[in-house]
Amino acid sequence: MHDHHEDEHEQRAPGEDMALRVKALESLLVEKGYVDPAALDALIETYETRVGPRNGAKVVAKAWTEPDFLDWLRRDATAAIASLGFAGRQGEHMVAIENTAETHNLVVCTLCSCYPWPVLGLPPVWYKSPPYRSRAVRDPRGVLAEFGVELPASVAIRVWDSTAEIRYLVIPMRPAGTEGWPAERLERLVTRDSMIGAGLPLRPEAF
Amino acid sequence: MTRPDAPLQSAQADAPAFGAPWEAEAFALAVLLNERGVFAWAEWTRALADEIHRPTTEGRSYFQHWVAALERLVAEKKLADPVELAARRDAWDRATRATPHGQPILLQNDPLAPGGAAG
Repeated sequence: MHDHHEDEHEQRAPGEDMALRVKALESLLVEKGYVDPAALDALIETYETRVGPRNGAKVVAKAWTEPDFLDWLRRDATAAIASLGFAGRQGEHMVAIENTAETHNLVVCTLCSCYPWPVLGLPPVWYKSPPYRSRAVRDPRGVLAEFGVELPASVAIRVWDSTAEIRYLVIPMRPAGTEGWPAERLERLVTRDSMIGAGLPLRPEAF
Repeated sequence: MTRPDAPLQSAQADAPAFGAPWEAEAFALAVLLNERGVFAWAEWTRALADEIHRPTTEGRSYFQHWVAALERLVAEKKLADPVELAARRDAWDRATRATPHGQPILLQNDPLAPGGAAG
């Protein structure tokens, strides 16, 4: 559909061709009044700089230090997370899932790339890749091993498939040796991957 | 990276969300059209998943699928038809070639544009 004129011109690199297709979409949608160019710029800036996994780390650290907040997360994760100011697009129906000594949780979107933007930002490349999307369900233990996560055989792995409506946030187990740490210090141990279930929090020795 | 059994990329490689400006623009266009009510988000994820799972599109990048899904929904919702999109793409292509290096690319630089560089 997009390469029928290539014979007339020198070949364009795929990236350049994509840029032209997006310019066509954008300029037509702006002209017709469907898209406000200022809103477009603001949205890009938000997702490039302001929304990211540090938001999720704040949620996790609060859950680790405040039993009442953890209880709220269990009952109504959407409201509990929104109370910290993390709400909106792709976070309308949040579910928090807790890792325990018996169960490790791993999140995937087998269909495409559904992901909780308000708490984690936009998904990493591997989360959107076909190998992850298909293998996370078929062979979660193998996938985790590739991410450097080796769990004892006694730990069950539960895989959660995101949908267009529901988004999951994994609450990893609080690392041992962090007793008495304030939430701000704990936040630094919470990695993006640990909130997808593809990793574990950092060890306290590093901090 | 497209075969289901290919090894996963390293979880440590923390690439930015967007690899190029067009990826960010395409991302934002879909979000804004959804917010305007042009399509529901479930409709969007279905269109995107269809592109991703279409056998003939294997090997394309995630955001290439994203753009294809966007073009399809924009046509389905009658915001812009494929002929119009292709014509506009070609206009941008000509404008890009006609614009001296280092200057902003404007659609008016298309030599075939009405009132453009070549009249």
